[in-house]
Amino acid sequence: MENSLRKELKVAAIENGTVIDHIPSNKLFTAIRILKLDTSSNPVYFGTNMSSKKYGSKGIIKIGDRYFGRDEINKIALVAPTATLIEIKNYKVTNKYKLEIPKEIQSFAKCFNPKCITNHQAVPTKFKVFTDEKGLIKLHCHYCEKTTSQENMVFN
Amino acid sequence: MKNRSLISINDFSKEEYIKILDIAEDFEKNPRQKILENHVIATLFFEPSTRTRLSFESAISQLGGKIIGFTDAASSSVSKGETLMDTIKTVANYSDLIVMRHPLDGSARWASEVAGIPIINAGDGANQHPTQCLLDLYSIRKTQGTLENIHIAFVGDLKYGRTVHSLVIALTQFNATFHLVSPEELKLPSAIKKYIKDAGLNYHQYTSIEAIVDQVDILYMTRIQKERFADPMEYERVKNSYILKNEMLENSKPSMRILHPLPRVNEIEEAVDKNPKAYYFQQAKNGVYVREALIASILGYK
Ligand SMILES: [Zn+2]
Repeated sequence: MENSLRKELKVAAIENGTVIDHIPSNKLFTAIRILKLDTSSNPVYFGTNMSSKKYGSKGIIKIGDRYFGRDEINKIALVAPTATLIEIKNYKVTNKYKLEIPKEIQSFAKCFNPKCITNHQAVPTKFKVFTDEKGLIKLHCHYCEKTTSQENMVFN
Repeated sequence: MKNRSLISINDFSKEEYIKILDIAEDFEKNPRQKILENHVIATLFFEPSTRTRLSFESAISQLGGKIIGFTDAASSSVSKGETLMDTIKTVANYSDLIVMRHPLDGSARWASEVAGIPIINAGDGANQHPTQCLLDLYSIRKTQGTLENIHIAFVGDLKYGRTVHSLVIALTQFNATFHLVSPEELKLPSAIKKYIKDAGLNYHQYTSIEAIVDQVDILYMTRIQKERFADPMEYERVKNSYILKNEMLENSKPSMRILHPLPRVNEIEEAVDKNPKAYYFQQAKNGVYVREALIASILGYK
């Protein structure tokens, strides 16, 4: 208990808000951008390259006075499928769940195909999300029918 | 099919393909039926493709429909910077159906979402050209009497050829066996092979036509473009292995037929044209019947 409390304090504790834990260290800034926390007026704390028993190294984000809808938070499951979400009220954990990879995403990822209509005209992107035989997350473009793999994912 | 768009061959079920082919067979027997006299159909070619456009316009004309449109982007408002959405919404006010060809992948799907009237995709970049696939299926069924269980060889550029990709995907619904003849650099992409595997079917790969020509029902030829090779020497080395000559056909099955999406450059010697196994010009003609069938179904007449 004492041990976990000490770990918790590496990034400031929040009274009310959301903690996103177990983000792969190299995806922390992508997750921040996907959730548009870089332009948020809420207090945002984050840590990265922190040691984790399960994953070796992890990142964590804490957002004060803010809660997320499932659809909104699940967007970051594309880059951080291992992430856990914790809701805090009065310094207490009131809700905790694992993120789920959405089946379909709209408007926030870019299509990898330079000849796709979505990269030339004001067409909101739309993808089916699937995992291939190797368990890798991929996006299938609703328009050009090409597949964007994880290393090529770019987010608006 | 009524009021539906045709954007991608993947939008169709096996039953729907067959329905269109059956209707096309009726049009082959009786191609001039003035059923569209009260209709206006737009053919919007944002990039030129004379062959495809003429086939569609012949189909529409034989059904008595009126045609409006343009033959390349330079002669339209697109050259003034109009978005695809605005062009489509405008033309949709003037017509009952839009046939479109556009250089960008996914353009036809986008158009179908904003038009409010049905769209037929006549080619969207490197993505789809579903009426080509339908006319290929029609030609296979016509020459073999069935679409089921055929052995088909695809020859040439199997990597970039969208026609090949669509036809492979469509034929996975009919228990085909695939024989893939191509240079090492132009093999069928694994994403397309996956459709074959997922359907529990088999494919075999070769680097020469002779290796398989005697065993197949259909020989589907395509063009190999020099630009596709990273190493021009490699192109020079392989190019002659993919040119079809009459002597290669001597021991092929009597019922075997040669298809090609056209235009041809030099991959089929002209002497082959007189061979009774050559079917590619008839194949192009079949395109008119298939397009008549499709347009008539979408507009609710068949
Ligand atoms: Zn795309």
